[in-house]
Amino acid sequence: MSEPVIVNAKGLSCPQPIMETQKAVKKTKEGIIEVHVDTVTSRENVARFARKKGWEVSFEDHDDWHKVIMKK
Amino acid sequence: MSRLGPIITGGIVGTLAALLVTWGNPGNMGICVACFTRDIAGALGLHHAAVVQYLRPEIAGFILGSFFAALVYKEYLPRTGSSPLIRFFLGFFAMIGALVFLGCPWRAYLRLAGGDWNAIPGTLGLITGIVIGIMFLWNGYSLGRSYEVKKGAGYVMPVIAVVLMVLLIVAPEFGKGGTAGPVFFSEKGPGAMYAPVAIALAVGLLVGWLAQRSRFCTVGAIRDLVMLRDPHLFNGVVAFIIMAFVTNYALGQFNPGFEGQPVAHTDHLWNFMGMVLAGLAFTLAGGCPGRQFIMSGEGDGDSAIFTIGMLVGAGFAHNFSLASSPAGPGAFGPAATVIGIVFCLAVGFLMREKLD
Repeated sequence: MSEPVIVNAKGLSCPQPIMETQKAVKKTKEGIIEVHVDTVTSRENVARFARKKGWEVSFEDHDDWHKVIMKK
Repeated sequence: MSRLGPIITGGIVGTLAALLVTWGNPGNMGICVACFTRDIAGALGLHHAAVVQYLRPEIAGFILGSFFAALVYKEYLPRTGSSPLIRFFLGFFAMIGALVFLGCPWRAYLRLAGGDWNAIPGTLGLITGIVIGIMFLWNGYSLGRSYEVKKGAGYVMPVIAVVLMVLLIVAPEFGKGGTAGPVFFSEKGPGAMYAPVAIALAVGLLVGWLAQRSRFCTVGAIRDLVMLRDPHLFNGVVAFIIMAFVTNYALGQFNPGFEGQPVAHTDHLWNFMGMVLAGLAFTLAGGCPGRQFIMSGEGDGDSAIFTIGMLVGAGFAHNFSLASSPAGPGAFGPAATVIGIVFCLAVGFLMREKLD
C-alpha cells in the first residue's frame, strides 16, 4: 500500500481544515489520508466531512493534537 | 456532541433568549453579543452614550461556561499567533457594522423571530457578507496558523469575566461624589433594561457550556451550508429561530411589522450594508461573535483579541457617531461602513496563500 497523504491542518481557523482535507481528497481518490489538527472541533469537522464523502474514519488522539485517519 | 448538538443548543438558546426579554432585557435583545459588548464598553467608560451602559452578565457567562466545559472535556487549549492585529480590526469593524444595523447575527435572527421585518435586509446583508467571505476562502484566504502557548495564557479571558462580574456587583465609585465612574450604569434606555443578575449569569453560563460542546455558530451555519452543503450548524440556527419565535408568540412578544420595533431603525440600505460588513468580518475571522467569545473561553487568544477589537470598536462607534439609533444611521455610520468593507476586502485580497 502506498504512503499515506499527510495534511497538516494544525492551528487553522474554520473552515480551513476541511478545505485542506478537500484538496487532498481531490488528489487522492483512494488510499489513506492523515489529517493532523490541534482542536477536537477540527477533528469532528474533518471526520464529518470525510464520512460524508464515503471515507472510513478513525482517530489517534495525542496530548495536544489529533490525527484523523481516512481510508478508502 | 452528536449531530443533534447544534439543534438542542439552538432550541434551548432561542427559548432562553425570548425569556430573557420577559425577564427584563430589551425587546428582541434577549441575547445580542454585539449589543452586550457595546453595553460593557459603555459601562467601562469607553464611550459615553448614557443609554447603553451596563455590564452584561451574559457575556461573562459565555466565557466562563465555555471555559468550564473545555476544562471538563479536556478541550482547554491555549493557542494564539494567527494574525492577531488583523483579527483585532476585524472585530473592530464587525462591531461597527453590527451597530449600524443594531444587532449581531444572533440578534438579527431574534429580531426576525420577534416580527421585526427590518431584520430581513439585515439578514440578507449578513448572508451577502458571508458569501463574499467564502469567495476569499475559496481563493486561498488564510490568517495563518495559531500555535499552542502556555496554559496560563488562556486564563486571561476567564479572569476578565470574573472581574466584570465583581465590578457589576460591587459597582465601585471612585470619582468625586460617586459620579465619575469608573463603572457607569444607564438610568434609562436599553442599558437600564436587564434581567436579574443571577438569571442572566446562569443563562450565560448554560449557553457558554452548550455552545462550547455543540460549536454553535450563527455565521459558520450559513458558511458551511453554502460552502460545503453541510447543514450541521445551520440546523442549530433554524432551531434557534423557531424556538425564539414560538416562545415570543406564546408570551405575546411577537409584533410583526417595520415601524416602532424595539432598538431598530427602518433604513433598509444601511441595515443591509451594516450586516454585509459584519458578515464579511465574522467570516474572515472564522466565526460569529458568540463563537469568538466561546473560543476565547477555550483558550483561543486570537478569538480573545477579536472580542477586544469589538469592545474598542463599540467605543469608537458611539464616540464618533457611527452607531445607529432608532432614528436611523449615525452621522458617519455609512462612511465607516464603507471604510470597514474596504478594510475587509483588503484583508481578503492580501491574506492569501499560494494555491496548489
